[in-house]
Amino acid sequence: MLRLDRVSVTAEDGGVAVPILKDVSLTLEDKKIYVMTGPNGGGKSTLAKTVMGIYKPSSGTITLDGRDITDMSITERARLGIGYAFQTPPRFKGIKVRDYLKLAAGPDSRADYCSLLYDVGLCAQDYADRDINASFSGGELKRIEIASILARELKVALFDEPEAGIDLWSFQRLTETFRALNEKTDATIIIISHQERILRLADQVILVSGGTIEEITTQEKFLGELSKTDDACRCRIGCLREGPVNGNAQCDR
Amino acid sequence: METLNAIDKKLLYKVAGLHEIPQGAYNIRKNGQSAGRNTTANIDIVTKEDRPGINVIIRPGTKNESVHIPVILSQEMNDLVYNTFEVGENADVVIVAGCGVHNPGSRRAEHDGVHEFFVRRGARMKYVEKHYGEGDGSGERVLNPTTIIEIEEGGTAELEMSQIRGIDSAKRDTRVRLHRGAKLIVSERLLTYQEQFAESNITVELLEEASTAQIISRSVAQDKSRQIFHLNMRGYAECRGHIQCDSIIMHDAQVSSIPEITAFHSDAQLIHEAAIGKIASEQLVKLMCLGLTEKEAEETILQGFLA
Ligand SMILES: Nc1ncnc2c1ncn2[C@@H]1O[C@H](COP(=O)(O)OP(=O)(O)OP(=O)(O)O)[C@@H](O)[C@H]1O
Ligand SMILES: [Mg+2]
Repeated sequence: MLRLDRVSVTAEDGGVAVPILKDVSLTLEDKKIYVMTGPNGGGKSTLAKTVMGIYKPSSGTITLDGRDITDMSITERARLGIGYAFQTPPRFKGIKVRDYLKLAAGPDSRADYCSLLYDVGLCAQDYADRDINASFSGGELKRIEIASILARELKVALFDEPEAGIDLWSFQRLTETFRALNEKTDATIIIISHQERILRLADQVILVSGGTIEEITTQEKFLGELSKTDDACRCRIGCLREGPVNGNAQCDR
Repeated sequence: METLNAIDKKLLYKVAGLHEIPQGAYNIRKNGQSAGRNTTANIDIVTKEDRPGINVIIRPGTKNESVHIPVILSQEMNDLVYNTFEVGENADVVIVAGCGVHNPGSRRAEHDGVHEFFVRRGARMKYVEKHYGEGDGSGERVLNPTTIIEIEEGGTAELEMSQIRGIDSAKRDTRVRLHRGAKLIVSERLLTYQEQFAESNITVELLEEASTAQIISRSVAQDKSRQIFHLNMRGYAECRGHIQCDSIIMHDAQVSSIPEITAFHSDAQLIHEAAIGKIASEQLVKLMCLGLTEKEAEETILQGFLA
């Protein structure tokens, strides 16, 4: 179980401390899928990076299975079983996909890179020996990033917009992969996403906005409310025609 | 090979990947003397008469053979050698050179090698050169290799040059001339640390049509070491040339990358890319997220980069 207790994070901006997360408290249980969503800039990635240890909270505590990890380094948290798939993963000149996945899996792991690549819809024959360099497409890079998390045995698996850049044909495979992870392990799975199909995987939906948790709710309730906002929404230039955004909208918002 | 002791064997392994006497043709030079030679039906090695060095003659059409010509220095001295390689028409061979220096003393151990290659029509040559230094003494380990290559019509030369450890000062000069349809691929890897200095000058002349050249140079400069790269490509005909020069700089090191491309023909296509920078912190963070320490992450990134 992962707990955040009144966690705040600030960033330095020209010598001024800007609050990014404000007093966030959350309890996330094992073997559940949480989907975190909310407006751009709301603080989702910051929250995930704070759990991973990439950002240090200015106040508050984080505990994993009752153990205080607030002051632990990234490496220590990783070794305890926290993993984070980046929103924009870095590239590595000269590191082969195969070696990268082996590194991710750890020295005594039985995880096999072929089936990991298969799980993210990449053919091992084509990709295992390629460098993770600039020649990779955005979607391919995201898939390898996801595979690097699947390679590990985790207590907490954070995925930051895993669907971004993944083509329509592979989407199904991706959601199945998350389902399988949920079935096979006890990991707490946290997926940051803006996609309805990912939201449908959620045991709970966490709405993050303005650096706070605005709401924790079920997917049914959340998706229901979302369609209401659609109905009531107005276009930016303020014309008064109404209608669902993806349906028969009468102006092009 | 009684003349080779444990240190010699280690150096031999480091520069030529050899545990024992190599297969095929070889010539081992130790402290300025020949320490073993073998020739084959297709590859002859003869000692030069006018100056120190050897001529390696590879018969036309020779396939799947290799020549090892390691040099080892295990004492303080100044060794100078001129080697000439004749790669006959349509031959396809691998030449493994390299120099290992173990300097036990306080004076300088220096090896200056001039290697000249003639890659004849339609021939392919892969040339692998490794430099390695070690030693308990305070004496400098210095290497100044000069490589001159002429690639005739339809010939290919692939050069792998690396210097990863222990050379205090290196000045490498490489000059390549390409004729019609000839092809050159160079991959250079360099790591310097402490107070080391390394300079690499590569000049490629694309003389005739349909010649192509690609140079990929990667280096890591640590501590107070200094590196200078001067990569120069000149296109005299319809040709394509690409230089990629990438350096990771750390600590108090200094790196200069001086690009030069010149076209003498409107169908010459030349590209030079050069970048110098630290290890991206995103990369370090990503590997730490996989459970590596910062140090391990750094080593992994450098190892991949120089692979
Ligand atoms: N290092 C930083 N310095 C200054 N501001 C930052 C820093 N990191 C994040 N921010 C700001 O904090 C806010 C939250 O960013 P965050 O990346 O967490 O948003 P997000 O919810 O993941 O958004 P998106 O949906 O676009 O990915 C943004 O306004 C962002 O500009
Ligand atoms: Mg984000």
